Amino acid sequence: MISGSDVASAVDAALTAISSVTDSTALRAARAAHVGEGSALARLNAGLRDLPKDQKAAAGKLVGQARARVAQALAARETDIAEAEATAQLAAETVDVTALPSRWTPGARHPLLMLEERIVDIFVGMGWEQGEGPELESEWFNFDALNFDADHPARAMQDTFFVEPPESHLVLRTHTSPVQIRSLLDSDLPVYRISPGRVYRTDELDATHTPVFRQVEGIAVDRGLTMAHLRGTLEHFARAMFGADARIRLRPNYFPFTEPSAEMDVWHPAAKGGPRWIEWGGCGMVNPNVLRSAGIDPDEYTGFAFGMGTERTLMFRNDLSDMRDMVEGDIRFSQQFGMVV
Amino acid sequence: MRIPISWLGEFVDLPENASVEHIHAALVRVGLEEEGSHAFEVTGPVVVGQVLEAVAEPQSNGKTINWCQVRVAPEGHEAADGGADVRGIVCGAHNFEVGDKVVVSLPGSVLPGPFAISARKTYGHVSDGMVASVRELGLGEEHAGILVLSTLGLDPEVGTDAIALLHLDDQAVEVNVTPDRGYAFSLRGIAREYSHSTGAAFTDPVNRVADDLAGTSPAGFPVTVADDAPIRSRSGCSVFITRTVRGVDATRATPPWMVARLKLAGVRSISLLVDITNYVMFELGQPIHGYDLDRLTGGITVRRARAGETLVTLDDATRTLDPEDLLITDESGPIGLAGVMGGAATEITSTTTAVLIEAANFDPVSIARTARRHKLPSEASKRFERGVDPAVARAAAARVVHLLVDLAGGTPDPLGSEFDESSDPAPVELPVDYVTRLIGVEFSADEVRSTLEAIGARVDGSDGAFRVAPPTWRPDLTTAADLAEEVARIVGYDRIPSVLPVAPPGRGLSREQRLRRAAADALAAAGSTEVLSYPFVSAEANDTFGAASRDDLANVSAVALANPLDVAARYLRTSMLPGLLDVARRNISRGLTDLSIFEVGLVFRAGPASSSGSIELPPGGSLPSDAELAALNAGIPAQPRHVGVVVTGNAVGKQPGQPAEPAGLADAVTAVRQLAAALAVDLRVAQGEHQALHPGRTAELFIDTPAGRIPVGFAGELLPTLAQDLDLPRGVAVAEVDLDALLEHGRRDVVVTPIVSMPAATQDLSLVVPIVIAAGDVLDTIVEGAGELLEHARLVDDYRGAGVEEGEKSLTFALRFRAPDRTLTAAEATASKSAAVALAAERFEAELRE
Repeated sequence: MISGSDVASAVDAALTAISSVTDSTALRAARAAHVGEGSALARLNAGLRDLPKDQKAAAGKLVGQARARVAQALAARETDIAEAEATAQLAAETVDVTALPSRWTPGARHPLLMLEERIVDIFVGMGWEQGEGPELESEWFNFDALNFDADHPARAMQDTFFVEPPESHLVLRTHTSPVQIRSLLDSDLPVYRISPGRVYRTDELDATHTPVFRQVEGIAVDRGLTMAHLRGTLEHFARAMFGADARIRLRPNYFPFTEPSAEMDVWHPAAKGGPRWIEWGGCGMVNPNVLRSAGIDPDEYTGFAFGMGTERTLMFRNDLSDMRDMVEGDIRFSQQFGMVV
Repeated sequence: MRIPISWLGEFVDLPENASVEHIHAALVRVGLEEEGSHAFEVTGPVVVGQVLEAVAEPQSNGKTINWCQVRVAPEGHEAADGGADVRGIVCGAHNFEVGDKVVVSLPGSVLPGPFAISARKTYGHVSDGMVASVRELGLGEEHAGILVLSTLGLDPEVGTDAIALLHLDDQAVEVNVTPDRGYAFSLRGIAREYSHSTGAAFTDPVNRVADDLAGTSPAGFPVTVADDAPIRSRSGCSVFITRTVRGVDATRATPPWMVARLKLAGVRSISLLVDITNYVMFELGQPIHGYDLDRLTGGITVRRARAGETLVTLDDATRTLDPEDLLITDESGPIGLAGVMGGAATEITSTTTAVLIEAANFDPVSIARTARRHKLPSEASKRFERGVDPAVARAAAARVVHLLVDLAGGTPDPLGSEFDESSDPAPVELPVDYVTRLIGVEFSADEVRSTLEAIGARVDGSDGAFRVAPPTWRPDLTTAADLAEEVARIVGYDRIPSVLPVAPPGRGLSREQRLRRAAADALAAAGSTEVLSYPFVSAEANDTFGAASRDDLANVSAVALANPLDVAARYLRTSMLPGLLDVARRNISRGLTDLSIFEVGLVFRAGPASSSGSIELPPGGSLPSDAELAALNAGIPAQPRHVGVVVTGNAVGKQPGQPAEPAGLADAVTAVRQLAAALAVDLRVAQGEHQALHPGRTAELFIDTPAGRIPVGFAGELLPTLAQDLDLPRGVAVAEVDLDALLEHGRRDVVVTPIVSMPAATQDLSLVVPIVIAAGDVLDTIVEGAGELLEHARLVDDYRGAGVEEGEKSLTFALRFRAPDRTLTAAEATASKSAAVALAAERFEAELRE
């Protein structure tokens, strides 16, 4: 016979044991002890077979309910313990995220070259293309074709690096202007070309001079171009570089390859220490002799050209005071910029 | 060009007390850029004093000082500093006597230095001011004694303001004169430009001597111009005016106003006669040479030098003359380098009494070449090179005559001599609407005409085109564009509007331009820092890095500079590495020892020396023939764009839980691999050799193309001895690749292989091969032998030691097989692997390691 009190005490013992376990090992032990083979409930369940028929239904129901209660308690406890154990494991896996090892060190582009790319992009956006030429250049491209007479003082004032032997008439280009000629010779008109690059002058390195520096040169040759188009282009360029309030001021100057020629100042609205005019570069209408050097009829076509120093632009744009920072290759300099200029 | 303001005011109306800023602002508008300003920097009470008493007091240091009583204000009047009318002043000089009038710098004044004057105790007295010398006043170098005013011919009242008396209150502005505008190297030219800018009335200084332009006379000095070798068909001398003044007193002092103006203009006073010639040059822009007439032998002939001739110039240097040099000669031989520097034998001295004045006009090209040849840039040559107004010579000579008479007491000969074959500048055709078309501003015909007339041009005609005769002082105005600039600059560039032109649709960057950016971006993203280095290197650096071996050097000829800044680095780089290693060393010396740096730039490789450059250049201003252009370009040495990489120190620093990982060859090779990957180039690596690199740690970098293997660079660890020589740590790894070659041989259009989603079969394969066999070669063989089913293969282990025989190694590869159309069976994968093993066994005697 199966007594109700036997069932109740087996259930109580099982529930007490289940509620007191705190980890999955103890839970497994409790499961074995209270519902496993040989446990009180198992024995009661087995005893059902021997009961007289009329008692079977009632006792079966009693034992079945008891087993269900215990199984439910076990499942609930199992879920709780699994959750607690998962939480504990995550807590144990905590790392100091401020001390994670790094397999990578930061690299950086040189800001002068990124600035050049940015300038080129502004002009490419207007439909211009990028021009190129060699740094070791024939004097014809560097001087003669640009209307520098062999005996003109302007040629001697260029502080040129000449190549041995001097009769070879090879120089390190003193400006990016030979690319004007190469652009005109290589392309069908009209030509709108922006040409950044490295140039050379025999200046000793100091805070404001370097014998190796960079320029950006622009040339446009088309029908009907005027100095007003020159100003418009420079003003668009200045606004793209320095903000919507930037302006251009032109002052008369002399360059052999432009006539009229002008010095251009830019109104830099965001200059450190307050907005001000800054000398930016030279420009002018392409000298008819330069057009003739490229086989272009100056009665049919006119053009404008401009050029500015990239170092100088970076200096006043980013408030640099010493040219040497740009040329010495100290990695701390480039790394300040990362991939942004 | 420095412009004393008082002098400028003689020729143009200046506003009252015109400031330096006002004059700069006016001149910059017409294209004369501001360079600075100059003043005497003498302020405060500086007055005329009279020495009343001087007591010589010998001192223990051997000097004798004079304890002087000096009257500095009229008797009974307060002195300029508010003090007594007589002061006790200690004076170390002895070149004065009681009664002399001197310059007294009273307490509170400041002399150039700046040197503040106060009453101070010295030599047992309170010296209540200072008696000044010429040098102390900033007027010149004279410091042998104090300035005694009677030597200047001055006898002012005691107490007179000496600053005004000596013109020390004048100032000068300095402007940059562009090389096309020689006329602006004169007060005359600057005054004219100021007038153009402001509209102020201009008085041509030439007018002052208009009534005294002596003509030619047989009695005048005989001059012959005989240029038998004109340069570019232009005679070396187009004008040669002489005037003679006799009975001059060369010992007279130069008046203070002239000393002050010359000083502000940038030249010091030398002697009255020399000062007068300089003064007229600054005033009119005409270089003047004065000869001591008594030291000349016969008449003057202007001619080219003869081979072997020499001349002792004013600076006492003996010059060997070139047949292209234009000379002034007399019967004794050369007496001057025309337009550049005079000769010592005929120069004006303190004993000169008769002066022959030369005002000439010489060919700019001839003068420029002579000045450069003899390295003698002078005030005269600077002006002649840029062009001097040929019409001003007579006036300039007359102006010198006037000054010699007025200041040196001379008497002029009534007539001078005159050679003048100058011609007016050629007229320029100017279509009436040309200026508007070029400048983009509507200019009326009247505006164009009146502006050109304002600059001194004569304008004729109006039927569609003006005929413009430029003034004699503007030889630079030779084209319509030159005239357009004149109109635009005189009217003002500010009137030019802003119009954005519309370019035709562009094609964006070229493939090469895009990929060059990608290459640099890839290296930076991989942790390398971009730097820029100078391409100037030593012959040794090029010999070491520019070629893989001494034998290869013959094929890499470096370009040498004729005028390097540093003779030790006179070659252009043939490799990126010397410059990058310099940069690495600089960073390491600054404590930045963990480095990965790179540079993208040109290297310069001449062909055989004889083929570089072009002896003859076509002229500018016209299109050369195709053959001429091809020859010019063929003469320019190759300049391929290279990328150099240097790594040293740690690739990854020591961190919690992990040791430092030293940077090395692997990082250098990885960097270039990443670069190649960005460019879609399959960069291949093989064991290589390079004279600068560790013989066992050098990689040759190449691309396989249908046409064969194209070498594109190398990587390696610096030879330890070389690293030591270069003061670099051991283990520095480098790489250099030819970016142009990578771009040329890189894939242009990627043809996509369809992505197969059938399941893969993976297997490992271990092969035992001799140690000398390169793993890369084994890998290539496996790929070849396994056939099409092998999708990917990678080396995962290189084991040597127990279980593998001495001299051999076990290489393990992870293989991934896949068929495009079915699930592979294990048997198929194994068969493919076996085929790979068989080929490796055949090539390398490789054995399968189970």
